[in-house]
Amino acid sequence: MPRDVITEVLKDQMRNATEFNPGDTIKVTIKIVEEKKARRQTLEGVVIKKRGSGSSATFTIRRLSHEVGVEHTFPLHSPNIEKIAVVSEGKVRRAKLYYLRNRSGKATVKVKQKVAKKTT
Amino acid sequence: MPLGLIGKKIGMGQMFDGGKVIPITLIEAGSCYVIQKKDIDRDGYKAIQLGYGELKKPNRPLRGHFEKTKVSPKCILRELRVENPDEFEIGEEIKIDIFKQGERIDITGISKGKGFSGGVKRWGFRGGRASRGSMFHRAPGSIGSCAIPSRVHKGKKLPGRMGNKRITTKKIEILKVDMDRNILIVKGPLPGHRGSLLLLKKTVN
Repeated sequence: MPRDVITEVLKDQMRNATEFNPGDTIKVTIKIVEEKKARRQTLEGVVIKKRGSGSSATFTIRRLSHEVGVEHTFPLHSPNIEKIAVVSEGKVRRAKLYYLRNRSGKATVKVKQKVAKKTT
Repeated sequence: MPLGLIGKKIGMGQMFDGGKVIPITLIEAGSCYVIQKKDIDRDGYKAIQLGYGELKKPNRPLRGHFEKTKVSPKCILRELRVENPDEFEIGEEIKIDIFKQGERIDITGISKGKGFSGGVKRWGFRGGRASRGSMFHRAPGSIGSCAIPSRVHKGKKLPGRMGNKRITTKKIEILKVDMDRNILIVKGPLPGHRGSLLLLKKTVN
């Protein structure tokens, strides 16, 4: 019961409505405030994990920056996240894609089976 | 007018303050009722008695106690020292609107019991190395000198019962007052487990 109450009370904290899953490639637009100057940055990467529930959920994207794998973890409902856009959906068999870390090279880090569109 | 309330810890969560995540604790500080007034002449001190939570089966003495107030029997009774008890009426309801957002309050509760704990956990003793031939791990070590005191000094930090103690956390910031649900959101952790009883008081100074 107490957990439900907490989720209920903190509902107004939940800002993000975009749905995405591990394996998806997403674009995250974040607001960065540096000495009163706000700028925007867009990061594109593969979602390798989502964790937590309610207002405290976080997600992690993995991308290549100068051919080095970089991971960013964000609170899902952070007000610093302006927009989350799903670029492509991935087809994966697990919830945490840590196995991507063991891959090397540009292609392999990002390689991901895209959802085979079943049009029936 | 120092005033307080009786409440219950619901649990912790987090909220965003700008881009920052801040830890919060939710408190259900329900309606409290003034049950009794204590004055200098009769009782030797000035206080009001607050009741909180329904009592299903009051025993006979308690039934009498509550019949005087026209309030349904409460299971938790706590006294609160006040300057002037006559400001309150018996049966008066006190709700969380006595607190405002941004205000700082003192919150008292019973901390989680840790059982019989060693010096490392209880007092932060550093302990010894775990491996590499170390023969000293988590023991307290020397507890004093030899013949000169011939005793252990009073208050020596030693293993023993830890927690399950009345703890007051002072100057806790109120982030939100939710009147509809009787819920108070405060910053940071509070003593006790989820569902434990809390006493909320306005910070005096």
